[in-house]
Amino acid sequence: MTQSVTELTVTPEDRRVAWLATAAVGLSLVDAAIPSPLPGVKPGLANIITLVVLLRYGWGTAVWVSVLRVLAGSLLLGYFLAPGFFLSLSGTTLSLLTLGAARHLPVRWFGPVSLSILAAFAHIGGQLLLARLWLIPHDGVFLLTPVFAGAALVFGTINGLIAAKLLADTPATDSPR
Amino acid sequence: MRWLALFRPGDWLILLGGGALVGLSIPMFWQGGLADRAIIRQEGQVFADIDLKTRKQIEVPGPLGNTLIAVEPGRARVVSDPGPRQYCVKQGWLMRPGEIAICAPNRVSVQITGRTKVYDSISY
Repeated sequence: MTQSVTELTVTPEDRRVAWLATAAVGLSLVDAAIPSPLPGVKPGLANIITLVVLLRYGWGTAVWVSVLRVLAGSLLLGYFLAPGFFLSLSGTTLSLLTLGAARHLPVRWFGPVSLSILAAFAHIGGQLLLARLWLIPHDGVFLLTPVFAGAALVFGTINGLIAAKLLADTPATDSPR
Repeated sequence: MRWLALFRPGDWLILLGGGALVGLSIPMFWQGGLADRAIIRQEGQVFADIDLKTRKQIEVPGPLGNTLIAVEPGRARVVSDPGPRQYCVKQGWLMRPGEIAICAPNRVSVQITGRTKVYDSISY
């Protein structure tokens, strides 16, 4: 075997990010398979992974996992660099920023459910903002805000509960297998 | 219930706050509220102002003949019109405040209004 010029050393951290991103991509696919009455209203199951990662491994890892998920998910579903990709990216960016701020809330009072709801609102906010600024430059976009916000609240709560359950059920090991 | 144990006190707060936000967003983004009344005009003069809770049909006389307008709970439409192009008939049901169907040749119009006046008119 020829010796490679550049040596890429794979750290356990890299492996962990890869595994978690894979799980998130898997959930993105499940998400896409669920029929939705309205484009944009989706359970956002992959956010469960983001939440678990955030609370267990920190914000940096959560950013990695989320960005990889958006990239790989869009490639698999065939909307890479399509409008949906940018909507996804803007939603994810805003929700990651929100999570970055919200994780400093007192843990005793605010659990995964709070983080999930805030992230869901930020996600739909980011998407609507980009849609308004770029895709449909008309205030008519905001007509569906109550529907989107309602869906964000419901799915945010459910995803937060699932994340809380996962965190409670699995002991904190350093490297997931 | 095991799931309820996963809520922390602040979570309820966020949940309530989120619910309030959603509740507030409804009147904020759906201004004008629900369709309230149908105003039928002939030659620019109000011919009839009908509550959209009733169900009735109205004949409005114009220079070409009669325009037939149907009102149902929450919506109204032009059923028939003597005009040549039938634009106002093809518009179908009007349901949102501000929507208007104008039968220009016969000089008849139907406009939906809500609680608050947001737009002069909406047409597609």
